[in-house]
Amino acid sequence: MSRKPYLREETMRWVFRHPRYLRYMAREFSCLFIGGYGLLMVWGLKRLSEGPAAWRSFLEVLQSPASIAFHVLALGFALYHSVTWFKLTPKALPVQVGGEFLPDGIISGAHYAVWAALSLAVLILAGAF
Amino acid sequence: MAQSSKPIVWGPFAAGGTLTAFLTPALMVLTLLAALGYTPDLLAYERLHAFAGSWLAKLALAGTVFLTLWSAAHRLRITCYDLGVRADTLVATLLYSAALAGTAAAALYLSRI
Amino acid sequence: MSERRVELEVLRYHPETDAAPRFQRYSVDCREEWVVLDALNHVKETLDPTLSYRWSCHMAVCGSCGMMINGEPRLACKSFLRDYQGVIRVEPLAHFPIERDLVTVIDDFMAKLKRVKPYLIPAQARALEQGEYRQTPAELKRYKQFTLCMNCMLCYAACPEYGLIPKFIGPAAISLAHRYNQDSRDGGRAARQEEIAAAEGVWECSFTGACSEVCPEHVDPAAALQQVKIKSTVDWYLAHLMPWLKK
Ligand code: SF4
Ligand code: FES
Repeated sequence: MSRKPYLREETMRWVFRHPRYLRYMAREFSCLFIGGYGLLMVWGLKRLSEGPAAWRSFLEVLQSPASIAFHVLALGFALYHSVTWFKLTPKALPVQVGGEFLPDGIISGAHYAVWAALSLAVLILAGAF
Repeated sequence: MAQSSKPIVWGPFAAGGTLTAFLTPALMVLTLLAALGYTPDLLAYERLHAFAGSWLAKLALAGTVFLTLWSAAHRLRITCYDLGVRADTLVATLLYSAALAGTAAAALYLSRI
Repeated sequence: MSERRVELEVLRYHPETDAAPRFQRYSVDCREEWVVLDALNHVKETLDPTLSYRWSCHMAVCGSCGMMINGEPRLACKSFLRDYQGVIRVEPLAHFPIERDLVTVIDDFMAKLKRVKPYLIPAQARALEQGEYRQTPAELKRYKQFTLCMNCMLCYAACPEYGLIPKFIGPAAISLAHRYNQDSRDGGRAARQEEIAAAEGVWECSFTGACSEVCPEHVDPAAALQQVKIKSTVDWYLAHLMPWLKK
């Protein structure tokens, strides 16, 4: 019997094979927005270091429609990143207490709680309300 | 086979992923409010300038910028590979350098505040 | 007992005659409670004895009947016909070369399994008269879940990174290495790290998590791989930043 193994080539089709791969891609694409926001922070620091007038013009640019659109999109992706990150944390850092592993929900839940408290603290301390 | 030195790049990625998960949405809300015209007190020039004037805040800001840019760069590197870009060494060099350059720039601006 | 006519679209490949695989349609009367493997057996018995595929236990323990069913890696003996409507598309496991029809070439996986030394390497060898290696229930629990793997390779078919980087040691083999590393009786971690902490070891994993979603035994290989990454990272930083800690 002759052997002639056939390897089907991997194409980009895997992304559409199952919704989980699209969710994965969405998670990975969050880096564009988080990275973009990182660059925005660098630019903000530049303008801040250049004095009150420069900072005022930075705030004006922030108010442009493009910036608002970016912020809304970026916030959506950033939230998605947070949720996926905390959902996967119990897998990476399981905690064994007295023989049994803590249920994933407790570890994730603790992270969500800290996240909420921290976000609230940042918003209050920054005088957002 | 030798053990890889991937931990150099993965360590800050994991740290940055965690930091951005906790912090970035709140920061985005702050600047989004400013974008909508409800500028939070902290983003007024005098307050922010005074805030960024302290050494602790400078360190925290530079650290945040570094981890944010680094984790995004690392993820983008992998996404490029996933999407079929095979020049991994080139992509990695470009992206990690960009993250470092951004951090250096942030440090420079912070030193001027 | 109710019967149902089932349409199967099966990928065929005969190396002697075919240049490339092709789909073949079969239409068979199946019992409602059958699984896809029963339908394939029925095709082989009544319609086409040349159809080739692997199976053995018919009860989800041997791990040999993995195939793509409507694009998803599954055990054919655990996939009930009643869960599918319309034509059921059956293909060999993705990412593996096809030997014949639904039979894949698994040499790559076998070689990788061997490389990670998936057996106890006792930390301290004991003579027979010293008795058994003892372990507490908590110590057993630490790795128990990772012992459940039956080498069905569904996780490899689900993993996009394995498809893109065939050298990647992959989910099941790394999970099995982790299983022994987590075992209180074992002392072989340093030897296994040579393979699993290498570039083509755990570092090709991008935590898609697909492996854990398709694993029929709930081994959760994605969890094992993240734990290996964290441990290897801690190793690396300790070795490079605090070399005086080295024994
Ligand atoms: S880890 Fe799960 S999916 Fe992978 S080979 Fe083992 S049993 Fe199969
Ligand atoms: S035939 Fe054994 S697992 Fe399906």
